[in-house]
Amino acid sequence: MESLQRKAQELLAAGTVKLVIGYGEGTGVRRRPIFVRTGDQAGSLVLDPACTQNLATYLTKAEVRALGRTALVATPSTLRSILQLAAERQVREENLLALVPLAGTIKELTTFADIEAMVATLPDEIARADQEMLTQLGAMSVVERRAFWEKELGRCVKCYACRAACPMCYCERCTMDNNRPQWVPVASHALGNLEYHVVRAMHLAGRCVRCGTCGAACPHGIPIHLLTFASEGSVRRQFGQPGGASSRPTYALATFKPDDKEDFIR
Amino acid sequence: MAEPFEPKLTAFVCNWCTYAGADLTGTSRIKYQANVRVIRLPCTGRIDFMMVLKAFARGSDGVIISGCHPNDCHYTSGNYHARRRWMVFRDLIDFVGIDLARVTFSWISAAEGAKWASLVNETTDRVRALGPYQEIGKLAAAGIE
Amino acid sequence: MVATMVDRLTLSDSAVDALVAALIRSGRRVLGPQLVRSQGQDRIDIAPLASFADLARDGQAVASAKGAVFPKVERLLHYRYAGKSIELADVEPASPPTVLFGVRPCEARAFAALQAVLNWDSEDKFFSHRLANTTVVAISCTEADASCFCTSVGSRPDDGQGSDILLCRLAHGGYLAKVATSRGQALVELGQGVFQALAAEPELAPAAALAPAFDAKTLPQKLAAHFDHPLWVEQSLRCLGCGACAFVCPTCACFSIEDEADSRQGQRLRTWDSCGLRLFTLHASGHNPRDRQSQRWRQRVYHKFAYYPDRFQTLGCVGCGKCSRACPVDMNLKQHLAEAARTLP
Repeated sequence: MESLQRKAQELLAAGTVKLVIGYGEGTGVRRRPIFVRTGDQAGSLVLDPACTQNLATYLTKAEVRALGRTALVATPSTLRSILQLAAERQVREENLLALVPLAGTIKELTTFADIEAMVATLPDEIARADQEMLTQLGAMSVVERRAFWEKELGRCVKCYACRAACPMCYCERCTMDNNRPQWVPVASHALGNLEYHVVRAMHLAGRCVRCGTCGAACPHGIPIHLLTFASEGSVRRQFGQPGGASSRPTYALATFKPDDKEDFIR
Repeated sequence: MAEPFEPKLTAFVCNWCTYAGADLTGTSRIKYQANVRVIRLPCTGRIDFMMVLKAFARGSDGVIISGCHPNDCHYTSGNYHARRRWMVFRDLIDFVGIDLARVTFSWISAAEGAKWASLVNETTDRVRALGPYQEIGKLAAAGIE
Repeated sequence: MVATMVDRLTLSDSAVDALVAALIRSGRRVLGPQLVRSQGQDRIDIAPLASFADLARDGQAVASAKGAVFPKVERLLHYRYAGKSIELADVEPASPPTVLFGVRPCEARAFAALQAVLNWDSEDKFFSHRLANTTVVAISCTEADASCFCTSVGSRPDDGQGSDILLCRLAHGGYLAKVATSRGQALVELGQGVFQALAAEPELAPAAALAPAFDAKTLPQKLAAHFDHPLWVEQSLRCLGCGACAFVCPTCACFSIEDEADSRQGQRLRTWDSCGLRLFTLHASGHNPRDRQSQRWRQRVYHKFAYYPDRFQTLGCVGCGKCSRACPVDMNLKQHLAEAARTLP
């Protein structure tokens, strides 16, 4: 942690960046995103296993971008998000620097190529609890799964904390926000909730980096991250493209192969 | 005595291949079960995946999606994009507990009138055996006070 | 709610259990905070109670109890085409008699704030009907957490305002019941002897110790004088602009009207809405007077701590801290307000 604070101070003092986005102490045992612009503020930076939220969501927030060149304290998921955002032309290499804790030091990654190289060395696994949930759900019958999601999604109030926390949900006008046509109902009744979460999971297919921040953001404890994990997993399995692996555009659902293999079309 | 269950099927088909094929079925006087309501779209590539869900929400017991064979798309590649979309969407709706046995995908060309009839008959029989599907439709009234 | 003189009675733990059972037997909808263990994450939901044993006696539900009187989705009218004519039907508000059992005193106080805005210049018949059918039995707090700040907004962990009955924990088990209204009295009568007269001055378990974090009385003037202060930009940098805080808040009452229709029928629904969402103030012209998150954050604070006192002579916040706990990025309202009180001259 101390070297992170020192690194942040150095970068700010040298004018290399105008802003360091990292984690600070929050309420109780929580951590919160902090926006460090001076050397003094750098003392608030912390780095520990409780720092899990994906901070890449701030890279597409207008008020934050306006602050200037940014260094971002990056977990493995955050690095993948940066690559995915780069592939979608939402961040510029020259505006961004990733700070990665590695073997007791803080490594600076200034190019997407460097970030790709780093990501290639990192394990690409989801949390054990999530893997267990996915296995359990996979073992259920269709009817049991329907009952599970009906119950879970029944608690959804359409607060959109999931959408707001997700780095890949950066559309200024989300499909939910359009009313000509109102393709998905706004109301948080059962059908509106199912439609919203299915649309979101499909819009994230192949783009999700499996950070789980959406599920963590949900105030009502709905494991909605499992939905985007499922759609990302489908793309990964069938087209060999995990989310956030490369800064080159490779969106599986925007392209095709004439001989894509499936077993369900008669 | 209660009327026996007759399934309602909604079919999303492309104008250039399957719709024309279904037309040929008619002009060839091939009889097939009348449970299907056909919705004509320019191309399977235009089919939004939510149309499947919305068909179930509005009372369909089964959904058919059909278009041009690969390499024959009137717009060159619409059906290729559609295929990829369905490859992912099927996994997702299965994951949220929607019965994939009720969703049928097919390539039917303008010349395949017999295939259209056979597809509709087979699908109607299958969905009739599965029974009415209210799992999604019942959600329309749920969660509103 | 007509205020009568507060009757003080006692209840043993088994008596409370019997009371809850009697309420359920009477056919009332009995809702209370319950611990739910799910996927390794514990949470407290407000849900139908099967018995007093299920009640989460400490901690706070994530969501507020306002859903009982102001649901997240509510039908206002519906229509259908019948041949060439249209059948239009108003929805007559119908709600089952409800008891909110075991909510926190802060949640009980919030109904007055909802009343102030929803029945402000015309009666909201849906809300009023549901409220008239709801009896509030709160349990005072012996613990507070780092998000709680009821004592900063003119209340206390054992505040009876807004409760039809306030149950205060006794030092050696059981509860002191403060029955404040005729609705509360009706429950006493239903309880049939479950409530006992006070024999001696009861020894209460100590209420939660919660020092005030700021002075809410001087805050409105400070806010009025510093509308353009850079503090609002600073505080809102991490805000994501979702609706989590507004939706869990027991006093937030903003809503949207959604018409859902197809070619045969339609319905008009009222749904929760949040001033934190960017599109909340988007005009049809495309202009958005609150296009930046700092403006929306400022609006949230000002609405509750400046405009509400100005219009309704009461704060729009009860210090429950639900917003802070629900916020994905830990926007802690108590800390923000304390900072505002300290920083604004």
